[in-house]
Amino acid sequence: MSTILIIEQVLNGVQFGVMLFLMAAGLTLIFGVMGLINLAHGSLYMVGAFAAAAVAGATGSFLLALVAALAAAAAAGALIEMVVIRRLYQAAHLDQVLATFALILIFTEGTRWFFGSFPLFLDIPDYLSGPVTLPGGIQYPLYRLALIAIGLAVGAGLWWLIERTRLGIQIRAGENDREMIAALGVDISRLYTLVFALGAALAGLAGALVGAIQSVQVGMGEPVLILAFVVIVIGGIGSIRGAFVGAILVGLTDTLGGIFLPGFFGLFMAPGAASQTGSAIASMAIYILMTLVLIWRPSGLFGARA
Amino acid sequence: MIRESYLNWLILLGLLAVPIWALTADEPFTITLATRAAILALAAVGLNIALGIGGLVSFGHAMFFGIGGYVMGILAYHAQSFTPLDLGAFSIAGTKSMPIIWLVALILSGLAAWIVGLLSLRTGGVYFIMITLAFAQMFFYFSISWSTYGGEDGLSIYVRNGFPGLNTLDPIQFFGICFVLLCLVLFLNARLQGSPFGLALNAARQVPARVETVGLDPMRIKLLAFVISGAITGLAGALFADLNRFVSPTMFSWQMSGEFIVLIIIGGVGRLMGPVVGASLFVLLEHWLGGLTEFWHIYLGTILLLIVLFARGGLIGFLTGKEGAHV
Repeated sequence: MSTILIIEQVLNGVQFGVMLFLMAAGLTLIFGVMGLINLAHGSLYMVGAFAAAAVAGATGSFLLALVAALAAAAAAGALIEMVVIRRLYQAAHLDQVLATFALILIFTEGTRWFFGSFPLFLDIPDYLSGPVTLPGGIQYPLYRLALIAIGLAVGAGLWWLIERTRLGIQIRAGENDREMIAALGVDISRLYTLVFALGAALAGLAGALVGAIQSVQVGMGEPVLILAFVVIVIGGIGSIRGAFVGAILVGLTDTLGGIFLPGFFGLFMAPGAASQTGSAIASMAIYILMTLVLIWRPSGLFGARA
Repeated sequence: MIRESYLNWLILLGLLAVPIWALTADEPFTITLATRAAILALAAVGLNIALGIGGLVSFGHAMFFGIGGYVMGILAYHAQSFTPLDLGAFSIAGTKSMPIIWLVALILSGLAAWIVGLLSLRTGGVYFIMITLAFAQMFFYFSISWSTYGGEDGLSIYVRNGFPGLNTLDPIQFFGICFVLLCLVLFLNARLQGSPFGLALNAARQVPARVETVGLDPMRIKLLAFVISGAITGLAGALFADLNRFVSPTMFSWQMSGEFIVLIIIGGVGRLMGPVVGASLFVLLEHWLGGLTEFWHIYLGTILLLIVLFARGGLIGFLTGKEGAHV
């Protein structure tokens, strides 16, 4: 196996991981601050992708489409926070799971009703399409590089927001003691709506960005949602740093496992059986990773509380 | 407000009355719907033992449901194709006999629950929800790539398996089998709730530290509950596969696990009859709303939301005016 192929696959893995991070960051933030399990996060990803596809179809501008994705997902997030989620903060995890499961059903069928069952397409803009040549003569799609850059930039921005701004202080304080910061005069319900909308916007952005390389269709959010949960559980729920490390780990494991495991089993098995066993193990690889991490550290790599 | 014990008998009689009415009115499809409700209820009763009494929110019970389904599928497939099932050291013939299939399903899903429980119970809270989900996903992806037994397309069994002395192809007789099994498991569940083990399990959910202080090991109690729970859901899986004469990876999917939780919450967490009410209502809604509009999930979602927000304790809690167990 050539070095070029390996580097390409590592880049693919990082790109996948970075997009998972956008999803996982919102999810882990919402759990960390509000203690809420939000299964409907995948629906916000879908909302972002559909808003982007609709706006790109109407205006032809990719940038406007991204703005629309951010705005639509943030608005949808703020809306469900104020109408439904707000009543669930004190409820048991089980009630939260059920209520947000119900929201998935409503969002999925609502989108199908509005846009139909056929997938929409979101094109990569001209200035981001085509390959670039990296040092070492590796040809790699520019759009995927742009995704990595955007993901890293968002990660840095999020770090700055949480560690260096007033809002970030309030968010961190909210994680530790919500009664106390409410007593100090912070409007806690506004803060919660804001955090929820922020997480939703990140999910919507991820949906729009990934929508341009895959198709935009109903139900696209749920597979990503499950992966994002795997990510935050590996990283430790509530930790943004954990979400980042977990996302890259999951992205690399999934991408590299699919490429290298069949070859690995080929070392000591017959070719046919090796490729079948290899691809079976590869599709289970991230869940095996997560199980191993949890057996080793029951509250994730960077998790403080269970 | 109605006494819960009266309500329980009423619910069970209701589930029995519908197919009997359907038999006299010659509506075999209604009998199939009632059978589906009984089987889903059985699966959810299994989950309710772990979730309702033991507080173990498993988001992976589809794993046991699927194991039961594939036990039926694989044994019947080898019987219908007259090929022995090769297990390496020795090989066994397939079978079309329900009691044997049930036994194997109970044992294998119980065994899976023991291993998964042993690993998962080290974690708690959200991590437990997610690790059980991860195990179910492993089975899901494994079944998709296991091409010997149909892979993604699943496995069709042409003739329903047999039960000595009964004609299982007759809808009402198959319903009878499922209903009797459901009643047996409900009886077991009721006895279990009042037994020392059930009380210890209930206590282990509420205050594990205190259980430990009186000299019991909460881990072992929870593990045993998880094994019983998984085995029952596995049995339901074998019946479900027999009802459809078809097994596919969908039985392992996370939506299936979610559906079991939904059934329990609709009826009432930790209630003996909660799963039965939940499953009956779910099948009814699925059939009725599904016939009314293609987008029936919107209405299902809305109803679920209303139950979570306004009828804590589920429908049984709503009818008896008592809150359910806190999980």
